[in-house]
Amino acid sequence: MQLIFEKSRPGRCGFSITRCDVGQEAKIPSPYLRKKECLWPEVSELDVVRHFTQLSQRNFSVDTNIYPLGSCTMKYNPKFTEKAAGIRGFADLHPLLPQLDHSLVQGALEVLYHMDRLLSEITGMDHFTLQPLAGAHGELTGVMLMAAYHRSKGNKKTHIIIPDAAHGTNPASAAIAGYDIVTIPTDKKGVLDLEALKKHVNSQTAGLMLTCPNTLGLFDSDVDKIAAIIHDVDGLVYYDGANLNAMMGRARPGDLGFDIVHVNLHKTFATPHGGGGPGSGPVGVKEHLSRFLPISRVIKARNGSYALDYDYPDSIGYIASFYGNFGVILKAYAYILMLGKEGLKEASEHAVLNANYIMEKLKAYYDLPFDRRCMHECVFSASRQEKKGVHAVDIAKFLIDQGIHPPTIYFPLIVKEALMIEPTETESKAELDILAQALIAAAQLADDDPARFKDLPKTMPISRPDEVKAAKDIRCNFFA
Amino acid sequence: MSGFISNTQADVQQMLKVIGVGSIDDLFADIKSHHRPRSFDIPSGRSEFEVMEHLYRVAADNASYLVSFLGAGYYDHYVPAAVNALASRSEFYTAYTPYQPECSQGTLQALFEYQSLICTLTGMDIANASLYDGGTALYEAMMMAIRITGKKKIIMDGGVSPIYRKIIRSYTSNLDIEFQETPVAHGRSDRSQIMKILDDRTAAVILQNPNFFGAIDDHEDIVGLAHAKKALVIESVYPISLGLLKTPGEMGVDIATGEGQSLGLPLNFGGPYLGFMASRKEYVRKMPGRIVGETVDTQGRRCFVNTLQVREQHIRREKANSNICTNVALCAIQSAIYMSLLGPKGLKDLASLIFNKAEFARQELARIAGVEVKRSSPTFNEFTVYLPRPATDIITKMAKKGFIAGFPLVRYYPGMDHYLLIAVTEKRTKEEILAFKSALEEAICS
Repeated sequence: MQLIFEKSRPGRCGFSITRCDVGQEAKIPSPYLRKKECLWPEVSELDVVRHFTQLSQRNFSVDTNIYPLGSCTMKYNPKFTEKAAGIRGFADLHPLLPQLDHSLVQGALEVLYHMDRLLSEITGMDHFTLQPLAGAHGELTGVMLMAAYHRSKGNKKTHIIIPDAAHGTNPASAAIAGYDIVTIPTDKKGVLDLEALKKHVNSQTAGLMLTCPNTLGLFDSDVDKIAAIIHDVDGLVYYDGANLNAMMGRARPGDLGFDIVHVNLHKTFATPHGGGGPGSGPVGVKEHLSRFLPISRVIKARNGSYALDYDYPDSIGYIASFYGNFGVILKAYAYILMLGKEGLKEASEHAVLNANYIMEKLKAYYDLPFDRRCMHECVFSASRQEKKGVHAVDIAKFLIDQGIHPPTIYFPLIVKEALMIEPTETESKAELDILAQALIAAAQLADDDPARFKDLPKTMPISRPDEVKAAKDIRCNFFA
Repeated sequence: MSGFISNTQADVQQMLKVIGVGSIDDLFADIKSHHRPRSFDIPSGRSEFEVMEHLYRVAADNASYLVSFLGAGYYDHYVPAAVNALASRSEFYTAYTPYQPECSQGTLQALFEYQSLICTLTGMDIANASLYDGGTALYEAMMMAIRITGKKKIIMDGGVSPIYRKIIRSYTSNLDIEFQETPVAHGRSDRSQIMKILDDRTAAVILQNPNFFGAIDDHEDIVGLAHAKKALVIESVYPISLGLLKTPGEMGVDIATGEGQSLGLPLNFGGPYLGFMASRKEYVRKMPGRIVGETVDTQGRRCFVNTLQVREQHIRREKANSNICTNVALCAIQSAIYMSLLGPKGLKDLASLIFNKAEFARQELARIAGVEVKRSSPTFNEFTVYLPRPATDIITKMAKKGFIAGFPLVRYYPGMDHYLLIAVTEKRTKEEILAFKSALEEAICS
């Protein structure tokens, strides 16, 4: 397909400029002016509409395809929440208005205040900051909170403990905040190796980052013991909320001993993933850490009015320009209000039901490294198929030809040829049966005719890309 | 069933039978009784209609109806309807990171186009596929400069948005980075101050154009000074201004960043926004975030993939260039649509229009007795005025008259109580500007 630049025709323009109703005598002195033309395309509005509509049709998405991408919680994104975020009184609101007068933004502050309360209750924490702009941003905020806590006690602790099953963002976030990483292996049951943990925990341990359920989709029944081990050396326990969708109404990180929590509104609370964002990664803490939370914080006065409060001398400071991805927060707020207590609980129940169902259906065809009840996702290995020369990536391409977005592959890293399947609660049994049939057909084809996988997919606008060339002859700008 | 669940009761029974358990509760057996929630006191669910009615009521408590002259880095531009119509294609917004390029060419090509649009706008060689916002993009650029130079001293110009500067300070509180800030002189970057502290230990000089006070500058000379000390120059820019102004590329800047909100995104009370980043090509492997690259498929057809992933956290973990994963792909696509609609002519016309309107407002306001308009350097669409009374008082009075008068600089610059930062976009008519002038005259006199 042509690039938008290749559709450019001199003289076309898709923008209607407002007539200038003031004088045009003033000039910017020429040393300050650009000399080189900006090469944006010259295209009509119809050109642009057709181009981007056709581009959109070259995507798989939740609205068009089964999308069981493990660890990403690709649940259905309700349409009304888009409408809610578009309400003019929210969408047109300038973020600096509260600096002028809080009375101008009472509605927006009310949303933020209530969201703090709702997320606190859902996770069992005391206070939230809604500022982090994505999950990894929440992680960084969480680690900064840990650092502030230890600094306040005069301790300079040096490392953070992270299981080998964790998302790559955990060690990356901890490293950026200045910590060394200690990696703990996963045991035979698929959970954190408690003995290894005990060996590595010492006075230099600033904290532990734990995904729960973990990335194998397993809930660690020893989670409270793990928390106690960390607390014994005055470390803090961080809950990576990537997998909160398994837990709503069933367990709360705050009750399990976690001190800091981040949640991904774009996962558990159904805001769209946008092809890679915007997300939102609010962070919650227990009371003893609340004085370190980023500023500003939303407070409610006795008279019922809302305000932003900056008066927290121990705060870690500013981690975002404003109050978070407000448009995303608003969608998640609308979702939580609609589902309510029963709906949230039911969402987690069906997420877990669906994952266990697909696991059961596929057990006979794929290796299951940790064969036990899973929570919201299950992780198979294509090691059996690999012996025939068929890899996880080949199975993924087979699924694409069936109109199914593949599961996450090659993650978690501790499972060879991993296929990580997270159906979410919004898929039905009928859709899961289609997914299961496709994966069974892939397993059978791997047995019968493994060579057939090599040139898949065949039904897409492109076949497999040359990734090595992309990285070697780097070209990321049409004009370069 | 609520909560957008599709399984029927009959489905549930069949599924439980296949799994071999009696009830959904049995599936949660690993969560022991002592793990159960101590409370889960969430209000009961409501219908879509009820939630929307509630939100309309809440939104009515926001003052979005005032005529606004508030900017300070975030601008109230008109967004053509086609932008939302296209960005609302659910094939874009309900997809995720394009891990599988064959079924994600839509997102990938759109992001490649976005990167190219940013490159030609800023005059730089390469761009990434987006960072969270202008502030975090500037922080990432600073960390990138530290990686490139292996040095840890940062010089930050006082004209850089104080909002950005605060973020950078917070992020680096646990890191061993030396900061030196240089105050602005006569509204612009103070060359003599920068020269005084620029040395071989300097990793980067961070600048902004137009700066927070609205002043336009040409930083080419500072780039020369910095490069002589093997320091990089990072410049944060307002993208619409580049319809007219000298680009970071033309000044020789190493890394350009900025807030992309003005490129087709609503103000959204602070987000989601769009952090853009572009640089010289030799730094591509040190750049944070996703980068979409062009390649060919097995049949030699042009296609696009996420490339140089070895820089990223999911491969490199604690050795990654950044921890960023989810960025703001949809906002980037939205801005690519906006930039394509404008084209070079639309951009230039828009930049000229808002420059002319701002000049008109600047001249009109200068006629008010007691109001001083700073004229030491040219401005683009935003300018600073001195008022005979505290700006915060004036703002309160102006709100009652239907105007958001601007930003009181005292919020970030102690002592500047009488200074007001005023922004003008294409949405402000001559009539509104004149009405604003009359209201300001009254507010000052009353």
